[in-house]
Amino acid sequence: MNKPIRSKLRIDPSSEFVHSSPKASLNNSKFVKKSFPVIGMHCASCARLIERSLQKTPGVISSSVNYASEEASVECDPKVKDKDLAEAVEKAGYKAVFVDEDKQKTADEVKQTEKKKELADLKIKVIVSSILSAFIFLGSFPEWFTFIPRFLTNPFVLLILSSPVQFWAGKGFYQATWSGLRNRTASMDTLIAFGTSAAYGFSLLVTLFGSNLENLGFPRVMYYDTASIIITLILLGRYLEAKAKAHTSDAIKKLLGLQAKTARVFRDGKEIDIPIEEVIDGDKIRVRPGEKIPVDGEIIEGSSSIDESMVTGESIPVDKKVGDNVIGATINKNGSFIFRATKVGKNTMLSQIVKMVSEAQSSRAPIQRLADVISSYFVPIILMLAVTTFVVWYDLGTFSQAFTNMIAVLIIACPCALGLATPTAIMVGTGRGAEKGILIKDAEALETAHKVKTVIFDKTGTLTQGEPLVTDYKFDSSDKKYLKDEEIKGLLTSVEYHSEHPLSKAIVGKFDTGETQRYMMSVKNFKAIEGFGVEGIVLDKKVIVGNKKLLDSNKININKNLEEKTKSWTEDGKTLAYVSVDGIHVGVIAIADTLKSGVAEMVSDLRRKGIEVWMITGDNETTAKAIANEASIKNILAEVLPADKAEKVRGFKKRPGSFVAFVGDGINDAPALASADVGIAMATGTDVAMESAGITLLNKDLRMVNTAINLSKKTLSVIKQNLFWAFGYNVILIPVAMGILYPFFGLLLNPALAAFAMAASSISVVGNSLRLKTIKI
Amino acid sequence: MELNKLLVTTLGVGLVGLIYWFFFGKKEEVVRASSEINIIVDGGYKPAAIRLKKGIKTTLKITRKDPNTCLEEIILPEFKIKKYLPLNEQVDIEITPQKVGEVGFHCGMNMYHGKIIVE
Repeated sequence: MNKPIRSKLRIDPSSEFVHSSPKASLNNSKFVKKSFPVIGMHCASCARLIERSLQKTPGVISSSVNYASEEASVECDPKVKDKDLAEAVEKAGYKAVFVDEDKQKTADEVKQTEKKKELADLKIKVIVSSILSAFIFLGSFPEWFTFIPRFLTNPFVLLILSSPVQFWAGKGFYQATWSGLRNRTASMDTLIAFGTSAAYGFSLLVTLFGSNLENLGFPRVMYYDTASIIITLILLGRYLEAKAKAHTSDAIKKLLGLQAKTARVFRDGKEIDIPIEEVIDGDKIRVRPGEKIPVDGEIIEGSSSIDESMVTGESIPVDKKVGDNVIGATINKNGSFIFRATKVGKNTMLSQIVKMVSEAQSSRAPIQRLADVISSYFVPIILMLAVTTFVVWYDLGTFSQAFTNMIAVLIIACPCALGLATPTAIMVGTGRGAEKGILIKDAEALETAHKVKTVIFDKTGTLTQGEPLVTDYKFDSSDKKYLKDEEIKGLLTSVEYHSEHPLSKAIVGKFDTGETQRYMMSVKNFKAIEGFGVEGIVLDKKVIVGNKKLLDSNKININKNLEEKTKSWTEDGKTLAYVSVDGIHVGVIAIADTLKSGVAEMVSDLRRKGIEVWMITGDNETTAKAIANEASIKNILAEVLPADKAEKVRGFKKRPGSFVAFVGDGINDAPALASADVGIAMATGTDVAMESAGITLLNKDLRMVNTAINLSKKTLSVIKQNLFWAFGYNVILIPVAMGILYPFFGLLLNPALAAFAMAASSISVVGNSLRLKTIKI
Repeated sequence: MELNKLLVTTLGVGLVGLIYWFFFGKKEEVVRASSEINIIVDGGYKPAAIRLKKGIKTTLKITRKDPNTCLEEIILPEFKIKKYLPLNEQVDIEITPQKVGEVGFHCGMNMYHGKIIVE
């Protein structure tokens, strides 16, 4: 007996075939393997028949059918459709089972479909029960609505109208209550099911046995309107809440939407477009102007300007050339280039960002703890309060008062608002951060960042570019009049070109002209003297570039004129490189690490907030002071070894009332980042997994430190508003529902109004959290 | 006090006691998990208390059988995990607890709770 097997369509490039055709020995890298169940086989020869039929299908390289497992696997061109394969199997007289679309969807897609269905279902229920409730309401108060037809006031008509609302629209409340009670737990739904059932049940008794009950002393009152209106309003609230809640995770959806769908790769000497999922490490990929970069990688040919704003928040396009890294999902502006894929699939920067954001959104903020504790006791306590309310009102008042107040207590209680208060704000807050290039590791980091009183910045790579640059230079060739400045530049660049030292790179970067290429070829006797500099012979001239000691050791006299003119550079903490040609000192070059833009502005913003700003560096006091002055930072910690940075941070934390943030580049600063109350890492390259930091900044703009603190402040204030509202709502309105205002003002809460308040409270909490999407930070 | 009021008061007090006992008096059965454990989501988590060993990877095989949307998401805040649970479909969650103690997990609305005891 052959039963259909439904298995997922597999694409497995590594699996072996049982049988394959000679064609399979070709280079198979561009083909995919598909497996699918086949039904209707009676023997092994049926399997061969299907194999042959499949192999005749255009695009199929090899096929194998396993009779025992009733499964076929084919290796084919990605363009071959499931339908073609199914037809081939059918032609042989059998049936292929391809898993329907739904099964192949990701969990997220399944969720989307489910949510859509749920919303549509909820909408119908809200509409139908609203219409029915309107009639029930009119029929319940004939003394107010004298125009309504008489039959609507008949208790049996009201019963017929309210039953669908109670049991069809309100079915979910009963289901949830029942499954909860079986586990001796209770939820929101329990309260609503109990409250409305009491109202409906009593009305049913009155409808059926009105006079008997009256004889027993019960009033002849019906509550069909109360039950229906409560259910309608709560369903309406849930509908609106579900719609609003869907927007709290917009940031993730937006990030996922950034992904390119296809990549143009070189395979077997040809350029082909393949789905991004099939790109592998090392693939060469072409990106044309205006296209999205599919995955992370390194440019190997061409150059372009790239808009990375969608990932890093950096608004200015970045120029990239051979050797530079590119990030997947960013947009290539005008150039065309080829890059080698280095990170694909879940390793790309975008995937890591999505992972980090969704992890942060699932984490718990410490402020939530109290709400968590309360919500676990909430519903049973409300049930006990409802019973107490009934007893007290029955003893001191009337049955009607006792009954309506009990229902009002059950309905007004809203543990949902408590449960939603913190997580929705954290979701929207972390999402907003991600849009600005601020990645938050967990809710705790977001909650605590605003408490910061001291910010310590690492110097190199954080406050500064991290790459030395030539800031000033002076040439004086009066002793060798035939040398022009341009020639000196050419000579020294030619020698420096052979060195890997960062200072040499800075010099080449500054002076590299067309001339360099010409001179470069002829460098002889090149020598890099570690700790001193470089020397070599270019066009028969001996060129030395290095520190003063190197010139001294070569017995070259320092040009007094040059020394005088460049004195201030040393005072500014810059590193000086001396240039000599044929034993004569002809130039001085000042090299320094330069400050990133916007640093001074950021420092003054932080100071305005009352935050103390410090700079920590391994540099000597002079260099440190020079940079600190430029950044308008007054407090510096110089000559600190990398290993001691964490110790210094801990020292700051010991100061009374201190709450310390450390901002570093995340590579050698990991211990300091972890020691601080809030670690803020600057992401370097495409590595965003900054485990030791609570917050990672994706772009180089240091003003984001300030923005991150603002975001924390705003998110926390939204959380506090939400909690205040949710707690306040329950603390105030539950006693009101119990009738506490009655002795003073003669006021009692109508259960229908309670339902309205309850629905509104959850929506307002979600709505308040959504404000974080647009709030100025 | 009239008889009916006395009756209602006595019944009320009894009912409050019953509610207290029903919800707060239940004994939790703690299930020890090895490398994997099946958890059924049906009106709560079964089992709702799991004992795990520190540093050992455990797969929670979770199947939701309850259509109640409150239970459609499971959140393990300590592990920063939030998963959507499609109805009647097993979802695997791998965790490796690093700290000894008790950590909770709950549904998306924080109404249904379970706990993991790490030893």
